[in-house]
Amino acid sequence: MQAEMSDSLDAAQDNVALARTLVDHLETGNQHAAMAVLAQLAGFRDSVLFQQVGRLARELHDSINSFVLDAGLEDIARHEMPDAAQRLRYVIAATEQAANATLSAVEDSLPLADSLRSDAHDLAEKWDGLDLRQLSSGDYRDLSRELSGFLAVTQTNTQALHEKLSDVLMAQAYQDITGQIIRRVIDLVNDVEDKLVELVRLSGQPATGAQQQGGTVKNTAAQGPVVPGVDKGDLVSGQDDVDELLSSLGF
Amino acid sequence: MNKSMKILIVDDFSTMRRIIKNLLRDLGFTNTQEADDGTTALPMLKDGGFDFLITDWNMPGMQGLDLLKAVRADDKLHGLPVLMVTAESKREQIVEAAQAGVNGYVVKPFTAGTLEEKISKIFERAAA
Repeated sequence: MQAEMSDSLDAAQDNVALARTLVDHLETGNQHAAMAVLAQLAGFRDSVLFQQVGRLARELHDSINSFVLDAGLEDIARHEMPDAAQRLRYVIAATEQAANATLSAVEDSLPLADSLRSDAHDLAEKWDGLDLRQLSSGDYRDLSRELSGFLAVTQTNTQALHEKLSDVLMAQAYQDITGQIIRRVIDLVNDVEDKLVELVRLSGQPATGAQQQGGTVKNTAAQGPVVPGVDKGDLVSGQDDVDELLSSLGF
Repeated sequence: MNKSMKILIVDDFSTMRRIIKNLLRDLGFTNTQEADDGTTALPMLKDGGFDFLITDWNMPGMQGLDLLKAVRADDKLHGLPVLMVTAESKREQIVEAAQAGVNGYVVKPFTAGTLEEKISKIFERAAA
């Protein structure tokens, strides 16, 4: 800093001296000498400017180079970004599947509820129109047959409704699964954002390089749901696989 | 199996807690409580009275595996049956959970039947 200041002080003094010479030459009408001094002044300015620009460019280049190496940007661009896209596609598929499972269960349930309602309605009308004092044995037989049929259908339909509603309940598991996947993608987006901010900072103000981030992730650390085609490694393929593994361990 | 046993359900996603709670109710277990991670669950367990713990693995704060280890290391809680219900499906993770003393392991997504089967298995074994 000190050296730079005295450099620029010297340069300024040189410039003043050169300017005086230029004025002298102009006043004495010595055009040729005046042009020479002018060229010298311009050349001096250019060389300082070029040096400064050159130094800045080199610093920027070095900083960005070391930043890219340290921050693992290449890995993000080559692997994590395409992985993230695939994870999000899996989220679309999982939510679609859950929505379809829910819609199917609802579509199956509505006719069951409707038939119960209309049977109950018919039965209620008959019951209300009935004069118990004038009930013939034939009427009684018909009504009791109809009633027992209705009770049987009610049991079957409500059991089926219970199963359909359980299907709807289970389908909601997608929210947990996709939530975990999306959270992982958000972490990546935040990471990329931090690195971009750092990159912008670097290009505005040369620094000596970014620090290495993170560390190696422990193999058994929680990683969220497996996304087919993205997650690799020694994975189980389902509950049967888990049971087999556990029984091999003496469970 | 005692249907009135007190069960703690630990998962950071409230939807999953509701699903498990409803499945348990369907199976006749109505005495359930919920916690959203190990940090909240552990004091509840220590306050006592729980007969069964169902926990997720991947949670912010205290994870399910650490909760399991804390339970096994606790003088009063160490015998508590623990069922892990999680999306973590690496073989080495399942082995680690087994080594930490888990009583059952269910991978998400699961069916109502799987949950029922694992729960009855745990209590059959405990009774044997």
